[in-house]
Amino acid sequence: MLSATLGIIERDLRLAFRRQGDVAQVLVFFVIVASLFPLGTGAEPSQLRAMGPGVVWVAALLAALLSLGRLFAADHADGSLEQLLLAAHPLAATVAGKTVAHWLTTGLPLTLLAPLLGVQYDLPAPALAALVASLALGTPVLSLIGAVGAALTLGARGAAVLLALLVLPLYVPVLVFGAGAVGAALIGLPHGAHLSLLGAFLVFSIVFAPWATCAALRIALD
Amino acid sequence: MHQAAMLQADSLACERGGRLLFKALEFTLAPGTLLRVSGPNGAGKTSLLRILCGLARPAAGRVLWSGENAHALGEDYTRRLAYLGHLSAIKEDLTPRENLRFALRLSGLAPSAAALGEALARLGLAGREDVPARYLSQGQKRRAALARLALAQDLPLWILDEPLAALDSDAIETVVALVTAHLDAGGMTVLTTHQEVAFASASILHVVLAG
Repeated sequence: MLSATLGIIERDLRLAFRRQGDVAQVLVFFVIVASLFPLGTGAEPSQLRAMGPGVVWVAALLAALLSLGRLFAADHADGSLEQLLLAAHPLAATVAGKTVAHWLTTGLPLTLLAPLLGVQYDLPAPALAALVASLALGTPVLSLIGAVGAALTLGARGAAVLLALLVLPLYVPVLVFGAGAVGAALIGLPHGAHLSLLGAFLVFSIVFAPWATCAALRIALD
Repeated sequence: MHQAAMLQADSLACERGGRLLFKALEFTLAPGTLLRVSGPNGAGKTSLLRILCGLARPAAGRVLWSGENAHALGEDYTRRLAYLGHLSAIKEDLTPRENLRFALRLSGLAPSAAALGEALARLGLAGREDVPARYLSQGQKRRAALARLALAQDLPLWILDEPLAALDSDAIETVVALVTAHLDAGGMTVLTTHQEVAFASASILHVVLAG
């Protein structure tokens, strides 16, 4: 089962490597959204510091959402998804592989890029560290929950908007505690509790999200 | 009690968009037998094949594999079948060789590089193995998808939806030879086709869906 999951990860990474533009789009979107706010609100350093954690987190969340549409839709369109459902290994292994590959091509680069945007908002070093830690724990949750939404909206008309309406409310707790961790670090308060809660969300979604995604995929192809 | 591998349809019914396509469909497919599903467009041929491989659920009835409900068997059933759908499941960004390798890996097969090349050459893709599939024609993509069959002789059940569509006469001959070899080795094949081709097999079953 593990080798099946690794096989799917290799396949999806290879596909992402052949279409590097798709990965770049998400990152450029992230940078542009996070850079628009100072243009609209003025570049007062104290104000930027106060809104930095929230803005970077919301931008990361929207960028992750942007990439979800492709997660299953491309495989659905060319018939690969049928083959994935008829594989010799459990569907959960496939879904796990696809989710990990999605995180490696969106969540991970977003996490690595975030400190640069944090500097743009004049965040001090402890807050930058909290930003990276919270994104590292939070972006896998975005991929896991997003996969459920992507599977549920597969083949639906206006799937992109439906996906956003479905998934964004579910992202709220991750956003609250992710941005909260950075905000707490910014004013020198301990933020371990925020990170622990993000970790709990991660464990919870690792257990339940793949199961829901499998069920949704089977329904989508019936 | 041990039962030999066989595929049975137990009073299958299929409903699509509120219309009953077929009902009370029964057949038993023994090793070495070909099942040819025919009927006009929209009669439910693809729906029947999707039900047989477990992608879709029948409105009524069951699909039995060696006497057990195929739906409940899950991977124990799907690991024994090769399904070629209406869509070829070819990734445009991958080469035929990569497509073939990943497709076989899904079936739990890991053939050598030489075997992959041989299978692609058999389907007339020699010299095209490492070209991204988006530069291939429809027929060549279909050939790349069918190359899987050359290495899937050990899977007892093949379910092929219009395998001969978009193929030239050489490729049709190759596919017919692959199916015949599979049947001779004790495999089972379910297929739909609008082409008039003769399979040199002793046991052929016909299901005609009236529509």
